[in-house]
Amino acid sequence: MTQAALEIKDAETTALITGSEAIAVACKLADVDVITAYPIRPYDTVMQYVAKLVANGELDCEYIVAESEHSQFEIVKHASAAGARVFCGSSGVGWMYAFEALTVTPALRIPMVAMVGNRALDDPGAFGVEHNDALAVRDLGWQLVWVDNAQEALDTALIAYRVAEDRRVFLPCAISCDGAFLTHSQALVKIPSSEKVNAFLPRYDRGDLLLHPDNPITVAPQANEDWLMEIRRQTAAAMERSYTVIREVYRDFERIFGRSYGNPFFEEYETEDADIVLVGMGTLSIPVKVAIRQMRKEGKKVGFVRMRWFRPFAAEELAKSLGRFAAVGIIDRDFSLGAPYLSGVLATEVRAAMYPSAKRPPIPGFICGLGGREVTVPDVVKMSDIVYEAADGKAQPLTQWIGLRE
Amino acid sequence: MGRLFAVEIVYRGIFQKTLAKNISRAIVLAAHCEGKPGISFGRYGDSPERNGIPAKSFAIVATDDLTLEEGMAKYEPKEVDISIAVDDTLCKGVESWAWYGLQPINRLTKPGGTLIVTSREQPETLIPMCHRKEYPYQLAIVKGIPSFSGLWVYKDDHTDVRILGAIARLLPELFGLESVQKAIMQEWQDPVKASSAARSYERITSVTVRPEQGNPEEPYKFELPKWWEMGEGIAIPGIAPGHTMQDPESQKSGGYQPARNPTFKKFTTRTMRPVVNFDTCIKCTLCWLQCPDSCFDVTPEGLYDANMEACCGCGVCEAVCPVKDCVTMVNEIAFQDNASQWEMWRKDKPVYQAWLKEKIEHRPERSHGFRYRGQYEEQVPEMMEIAREDGA
Repeated sequence: MTQAALEIKDAETTALITGSEAIAVACKLADVDVITAYPIRPYDTVMQYVAKLVANGELDCEYIVAESEHSQFEIVKHASAAGARVFCGSSGVGWMYAFEALTVTPALRIPMVAMVGNRALDDPGAFGVEHNDALAVRDLGWQLVWVDNAQEALDTALIAYRVAEDRRVFLPCAISCDGAFLTHSQALVKIPSSEKVNAFLPRYDRGDLLLHPDNPITVAPQANEDWLMEIRRQTAAAMERSYTVIREVYRDFERIFGRSYGNPFFEEYETEDADIVLVGMGTLSIPVKVAIRQMRKEGKKVGFVRMRWFRPFAAEELAKSLGRFAAVGIIDRDFSLGAPYLSGVLATEVRAAMYPSAKRPPIPGFICGLGGREVTVPDVVKMSDIVYEAADGKAQPLTQWIGLRE
Repeated sequence: MGRLFAVEIVYRGIFQKTLAKNISRAIVLAAHCEGKPGISFGRYGDSPERNGIPAKSFAIVATDDLTLEEGMAKYEPKEVDISIAVDDTLCKGVESWAWYGLQPINRLTKPGGTLIVTSREQPETLIPMCHRKEYPYQLAIVKGIPSFSGLWVYKDDHTDVRILGAIARLLPELFGLESVQKAIMQEWQDPVKASSAARSYERITSVTVRPEQGNPEEPYKFELPKWWEMGEGIAIPGIAPGHTMQDPESQKSGGYQPARNPTFKKFTTRTMRPVVNFDTCIKCTLCWLQCPDSCFDVTPEGLYDANMEACCGCGVCEAVCPVKDCVTMVNEIAFQDNASQWEMWRKDKPVYQAWLKEKIEHRPERSHGFRYRGQYEEQVPEMMEIAREDGA
């Protein structure tokens, strides 16, 4: 990585950087105050670039290499309570080692932004992408967003700070980047000027929740059954408000940077006239889109819905959209063993989202691309064919493993 | 549908990682100068890159964004326009950390594609090292020793830009020299590097390698088991204990040869190999004890034969041997096979001594890693000579 690649001039520049470097650049643009690190692939690529920025004098922050992921996340939690804008991240079992710190963060209303370089959970030790690491915190009050390219990684990191630090929300946000496909692949990325970023992202103001001698408060006292349910309800209310804030922030992002992401919660690709659609998260979007272009040449009208925000989950909006199609296939790059119909996490959630809907198409689920296995174009064609069969009413298992040696 | 280009850079991890990354980055940047989008990435499964283990970087470029997506839809390219080996000993084949068995250096090279090798050798030396292909391809040699350019201990030797200049000449559809020079100025702001690229562009030539030329060995093939065929609990069988060795002359049994993994051999990590003078060996056991890969076979008479199927070429045996010139590391390029030195010595000692002498004379110090202080300084005159020849 040359210095030139990370140099941010006043005007927008283009640089050849990885998804991880894009997140590091966002940290610089957001002028983050405290960053903690503990190495684990593929997240460690972010900490390396952050370290380089700090060493080169381009980023003025406290950069602390902790002795474990647990401490890594505890340190930024406390720094955030004291008013610092913070960044953190991990991958796979590193994220799991921080689990206790991850659970205590949302209720304290800490707007931490973290990057999860998605990685399969051990055992066996493996580096490839699975989404189970980030998904493990889905019930706890973390906002979760998936991106599929380096530009979106940079933009979403800026958006994440703005959403998380909104006083109506004050909840942590984890940005998921697929290991290898995004964290280690260099692509051309537009880097906005710091002027624009400053116009978009106000400074973090913790207000009455600031842990400071001038504002004597105690954070996180012990509480019993008289209190806990109300505290949970408060955190739930913050997550509910996050929907509105996310919409506002994306509108503002478009206004200031001139780059539009359309619907913030999910991207629709070739859905307008689609008979059936596939739904998935992360970089599997690339082979899916290539396959869709091929299938459309053969007259198969297949579309794709790429989920960005998994928490909050835009259930009503998604149900309304997916109700238009004859059948919907869900591609899970994760597993949830023993789950309803033995499906993955995303399939289970989408089915739950669809249940109250008047239009409920068949929703077959697929487990695919685990451990970083390539989701191939033929895999996508095979899944589409199965979804077409489901649309025709053919009985079949609700969960099928694709790309498995069987 | 536009055209998709793919280039692979095969290098020795970890020493040449930055070099390979610089090359793949600059390919994308040069193509970008001509309006072609691209991406650059290291093969994820190769990491962590143990010393010397063969690894790969890729650059994928297309004439338009949609075509680029077709390339990005694959984990890595299934075929490439250009394969680059930044160390000529890689021509013997590569076995990466992400194990796929020993694979030919030119495995991904397209019909009519080009293999670029940085080497001081001639095509006649390199072609027999590379596995045969069913179709003709081009071989181009960028003169040079295995470069550490980009690694902090070595100064920049322009290997990266000389390869770029060669690509502009060999595959002008990808990008022209002007774009290479523009990208060099963007990335390094160094006009001397830009002129090195131009010189390489002018000098590079290639020869056609025909299907009947090259190493006839059948590349390793394998089929991965189905999920229900695999044992449960992520448990795999260990390596069985070893056995005695048999003397090829006397037929006597004795000593000890450890059993080894029959498929994961790792010897393509090697850039140098030890040759052993069995007549001066004092049987002190140090090489056998210290070898990190347990590659020494104990012969019936208690000598130590470095097994070339197992040796990674680290040089520890040479370092710990207390006898002067008993174990000597020799550049891997001097050898055609992995035959047992001890068996050769047992069959005919004078012939073996002559062979040993010839190999040791042919020992230019071109290993990866510093074997002694001042080695780099010793190499500078050789590199200067290459530069002069290149510009002559």
